[in-house]
Amino acid sequence: MPGAAQLTSVVKMLADPTRRAVLERIAREGEIAATSLVKGSRVSQPAVSQHLRALRDAGLVMERREGRHIHYRVAPGGLDPLINWLGHYRTFWHQRFENLERLLKEDE
Amino acid sequence: MRETHSITVEKVLPYSAEKIWRTLTSCERIAKWLMPNDFAPAVGHRFNFRTSPMGDWDGVVHCEVLACNPPKLLRYSWKGGADSNPAYGSRLDTTVTWTLTPAEGGTHVRMVHDGFVLPGNKFAYDAMNPGWGRVLDSVARVTAEG
Repeated sequence: MPGAAQLTSVVKMLADPTRRAVLERIAREGEIAATSLVKGSRVSQPAVSQHLRALRDAGLVMERREGRHIHYRVAPGGLDPLINWLGHYRTFWHQRFENLERLLKEDE
Repeated sequence: MRETHSITVEKVLPYSAEKIWRTLTSCERIAKWLMPNDFAPAVGHRFNFRTSPMGDWDGVVHCEVLACNPPKLLRYSWKGGADSNPAYGSRLDTTVTWTLTPAEGGTHVRMVHDGFVLPGNKFAYDAMNPGWGRVLDSVARVTAEG
């Protein structure tokens, strides 16, 4: 489904093997702190943080803050952009709304 | 009557309704934030958005302006997809409505995309809702940081 691939940021997210491994680890653990994720992998802390941020922004993981720690779990329905129109357009409109804001800001 | 679902995105933006209206209704402006199009702000005008083809669907979204009341209300139909496609890329017969309302600090912008018929069951829809609430939060946060 090349059309779907081009249309979704989700596919872009999952194309990166390290990022996919991070997501799979979170899915396996249920919920896991960012610090534990770093300990159990050969990837550096800044790299893990970057992947977590990207996954969060794509709606694939959710975060929960507890003191100094941030815990991550898989967001229900995060993969829906690949599955149906409703999921696709949720992501689509949030992204386009951001574009709209950016364009209005540029005009100032 | 089939059960339908909608998507709502809304936010107060620090600009006048007139300025936002121009961005929502100028063909060139729409192309910059949404998609290539041949929109014109006149009720009854038929236009297209073009995106990537998907299975038996050519990637063309067929639209018609249903309401145009500057700078408050804009509504267009949004049709596309193909019957032969499963789930994503399947037949789509929906409506997009933009509402602009003066608000403290700017204009309240509300977009409702309505008329989705779900291929799956209702349980799946309900299960994903909390997740998407967080997406909106993160979108807002990222926007604020930018």
